[in-house]
Amino acid sequence: MILDVAGLHKSFGDLEVLKGIDLKVAERELVFVIGPSGSGKSTLLRCCNRLEEPTSGSIRVEGVDIMAPGVDINAVRRRIGMVFQSFNLYPHLNALGNVTLALRKVLKKAKAEADDIGMRALVRVGLGDKAKAYPNELSGGQQQRVAIARALALEPSIMLFDEPTSALDPELVGGVLAVMRQMRESGMTMVVVSHEMRFARGAADRVVFMDQGRVLEEGPPEKIFNEPEHARIKEFIASLNG
Amino acid sequence: MGKFAQTFLNWEVMAQYAPKILEGFWVTVQLALAVVIAGIATGLVLALARSFRVKALNLLIVAFVDVLRAVPPLVLIIILYFALPTVGVRMSGFVSTWLALSAILASFAEEIFWAGMLAVPHGQWEAARSTGLSFLQAMRFVVLPQAVRITIPPLTNRTIAITKGTALGAVVAVGEILYQAQSAYSFSYNPSPLTLGAVAYLILFIPVVWFGRWVETRFAWKR
Repeated sequence: MILDVAGLHKSFGDLEVLKGIDLKVAERELVFVIGPSGSGKSTLLRCCNRLEEPTSGSIRVEGVDIMAPGVDINAVRRRIGMVFQSFNLYPHLNALGNVTLALRKVLKKAKAEADDIGMRALVRVGLGDKAKAYPNELSGGQQQRVAIARALALEPSIMLFDEPTSALDPELVGGVLAVMRQMRESGMTMVVVSHEMRFARGAADRVVFMDQGRVLEEGPPEKIFNEPEHARIKEFIASLNG
Repeated sequence: MGKFAQTFLNWEVMAQYAPKILEGFWVTVQLALAVVIAGIATGLVLALARSFRVKALNLLIVAFVDVLRAVPPLVLIIILYFALPTVGVRMSGFVSTWLALSAILASFAEEIFWAGMLAVPHGQWEAARSTGLSFLQAMRFVVLPQAVRITIPPLTNRTIAITKGTALGAVVAVGEILYQAQSAYSFSYNPSPLTLGAVAYLILFIPVVWFGRWVETRFAWKR
């Protein structure tokens, strides 16, 4: 197991957002997490690298209990790539600078080596010619691909995607999904929170449906999309297809 | 017009006291530089300390900063120079002016830096931390460079305003421009040295104002 979440609870004050989540993700697996807004999908993802501090439960990444006292959270985080809905590129650095910052400061690589790795990551997402461009000179889709390159460059063992295409204009979604599909083909382990159902049907190994802080049902995409056990899921999917 | 020139632009008097004004000019330069360096550096350190969000420490910082932003600089200089010796702490006019203005600039700078740090979107922190950067690394390489750019316009304005307060040192016998100009005035019974003093201030601060403008455009970046 690359990721093993067990009995995960998370409360914000009196509001319990996660009410006991179990989720296992095997190597090279692509797990898709869907569900209505407010169901806790993003919070679940953000607990997996402790951007949110879980209230209770256990999370293991590559066998390491990341909630253990004394765990080096920065070392854990560089093994977990994360891609955000709003890209969060550093506006004062160009594309290559965005990709190489952690290589240089966290992995302590020399500039030449970091630039080399960074360039390869940018080429992987199809933006080798944009290395010198600043975020404000890139389209949303290009920014998100730089953000993916930034995570990829650290060679994570798992990548978490938090609604990676939700902030994009429809015509820019395809480029980002193409990069994700290519990552999947190269064997990256991925957990994706998204509403891109067509992508889920085509690429996911497993779909997890969350509702009100719990996993309502999980299974292969054909099962969840075509014959879910819960009427709630049928309704949700029908509402997305509009 | 002849009377005006005789009174305020008396070349003879000006030539006589120009060396004194120049002497004052250098004292003002030293005092101003010392205030800018100490004030901005201390302000930045206070803002960074505040970012750790230690409650007791932050209360102290906020109290310090609020009091100093409320006190008129001249009052503070007078307290340091005239009141502290009664409890055994003595300092020169130069040091008391420097301390007072630095502390006040530090207080304003702290608030400006702090506002700049808060203005950097939280997602920047999250992106940086998610790639394994520590809190301090994220602060130094991601948040601070952006915060500083946001702070440059208000900070340069505030710095210029407070640095001009070096003229208040005249009250505690710091030999800066205004002090020299005033004593020349009382020796010569002619206010032309004050005109010279005003010119000296312009020569000193106009480039600073321009520098501020240049820095603002240099570090502005499109969103």
